[in-house]
Amino acid sequence: MSEQTIDLKKRRFLTQAKLEMQFKSLPSKTPMSEQTIDLKKRRFLTQATSVVGAVGVSFVAWPFVSTWKPSARAKAAGAPIDVDISKLETGQLVRVLWRKKPVWIFRRGAEANAALSSPELEALLADPSSTGNSKSQQPAYAKNTHRTIEGNKEVAVIVGVCTHLGCSPTYRPEPGAADLGGESWKGGFYCPCHGSKFDLAGRVYAGVPAPTNLVIPPYHFVSDTLIRIGVDPAA
Amino acid sequence: MNNKQNWIDQRFPLTKVWNEHLAEYYTPRNFNFWYFFGSLAILVLVMQLVTGIFLTMHFKPDSAQAFASVEYIMRDVEWGWLMRYLHSTGASAFFVVIYLHMYRGLLYGSYKAPRELIWILGMVLYIALLAEAFMGYVLPWGQMSFWGAQVIISLFGSVPVIGPDLLVWILGDYAVGDPVLNRFFSLHVVALPLILVVLVFLHIVALHAVGSNNPDGIEIKKNKDKNGIPKDGIPFHPYYSVKDIMGVVAFLMIFCAVVFFAPAMNGYFLENANFVLANPLKTPDHIAPLWYLTPFYSVLRAIPPMFGSQFPGVVGMFAALLILIALPWLDRSPVKSIRYRSAPYKWALGTFVVSFIMLGWLGMQPVNELNAFLARLFTILYFAFFILMPWYTSIGKTKEVPERTTE
Repeated sequence: MSEQTIDLKKRRFLTQAKLEMQFKSLPSKTPMSEQTIDLKKRRFLTQATSVVGAVGVSFVAWPFVSTWKPSARAKAAGAPIDVDISKLETGQLVRVLWRKKPVWIFRRGAEANAALSSPELEALLADPSSTGNSKSQQPAYAKNTHRTIEGNKEVAVIVGVCTHLGCSPTYRPEPGAADLGGESWKGGFYCPCHGSKFDLAGRVYAGVPAPTNLVIPPYHFVSDTLIRIGVDPAA
Repeated sequence: MNNKQNWIDQRFPLTKVWNEHLAEYYTPRNFNFWYFFGSLAILVLVMQLVTGIFLTMHFKPDSAQAFASVEYIMRDVEWGWLMRYLHSTGASAFFVVIYLHMYRGLLYGSYKAPRELIWILGMVLYIALLAEAFMGYVLPWGQMSFWGAQVIISLFGSVPVIGPDLLVWILGDYAVGDPVLNRFFSLHVVALPLILVVLVFLHIVALHAVGSNNPDGIEIKKNKDKNGIPKDGIPFHPYYSVKDIMGVVAFLMIFCAVVFFAPAMNGYFLENANFVLANPLKTPDHIAPLWYLTPFYSVLRAIPPMFGSQFPGVVGMFAALLILIALPWLDRSPVKSIRYRSAPYKWALGTFVVSFIMLGWLGMQPVNELNAFLARLFTILYFAFFILMPWYTSIGKTKEVPERTTE
């Protein structure tokens, strides 16, 4: 088998000769001498056809790819929701679904609230002022130490989705929890999937898998006891 | 009979195919235990296809009904529990068989020239199989289905620039929900099985073009008798077809024991949390992917976020998978089989096996400082096996390879 290598040059010559013979046998109007095969032209036509074909394929692919985009129904389901917090006790946390994501609403005590601005805690955090990697994780009006809207620092509203890979962290408000590092744990959220830690304002600890602070959704107080999630406050 | 055969042969190359691939397909005579797993993989594939077809007849790919329809299959459909346990155990069995099949390739250098394409096709098959298994695990819509899907799909959201849009495109929504379940169902029962079957066909065509490797790593085609038949070859049928049936019997004994006595395998084949309906408000306290994904999951967890993004971990995870494809070109050793390899390669392979198993075990454990350190250590060792391979396969003294097979 190895001796029977194919002489491509010879083959190409024979193919061309054969084609020329066929050409010559055709009844034609042009003189014989002009009927050589223009390989350059042939290559150009092949390539041009391929390019046009590829463009056509990508046009046809578009509808198929687009079927995977959120449907009109999925888009319409993103409406804002109202949450009544009149019965929310200090330290209590409720979970609601907004745009199919868990949102936590919880009331921080005065002590927990004051602890958020302690230098001791801030030293443990990756981006305590939400100005670095986390600068777009909250609306402008929540870009503060407490990560809440001005006027109500006690009630926090946070999207309960870990910024690492989307698990929902558990609520661990008790400072000094032994399984979360004892003394260095100031209370907050712990992600069971990959061990990311966040404080009670949803700010990420340094040296954990999650890269940024938790997301604060747009929200405002319709009244003292009613929160609307999904809509910015009227300016 | 002969007339009928003639009639067919004039219209379809039946006898030709039979001879070329079975009756006159010459296979090395020295196959051992490690050579059972190719045919067993085909057995499991067929079993998954058949049980899958019957499960599809009762399953509802709808996030409101999926979980209940699986319980319906388990309780109300006659023998439905058997179909489901055969299918769920079959998934894990598939990976047991495939991992042993791939390890055979490492032991005897089966990926080396001229079998690089068989190896590449096999790797593509393996990756398609991982995708198939992952999507299948999402379908029952339990807590692990939901949160597993959440974590794995989120990986795509970490791609720089296009990540967020890509994520929404995959989800077909703004969070894991019905659209994901529905499209995974379609991919799991139609698209990927078709791809798997085609790839298996190509894998075997490529194998039969060059012929099987063997435990001595000798090319039997180099040593033919006067009829052009390899001296160390025997026809696949009946010799290996019969041998493989013995493998099938042994395999089915173990497989059925698991199906009937431990289908959840203590949480390793069916995780406990997956017997609870998906709840988007609450992540289970401990989540881990199924055992066959955990080595790569460990690599993902081992690499810390950089530049405010956890994309490096994702790249690391996929690199751990894709680097296997480069194996034929990383290995510079003049011999194929472990029997004649140099000492440095044996040490490296041993370290690799330990690293892979340890990464797999760590992927099931909760994160703590010691585990994070170990995961990093074994991730480095895992990659070192590949990156240093051109070096350690070119040093050390290999043994002389015999002319003929030794058994």
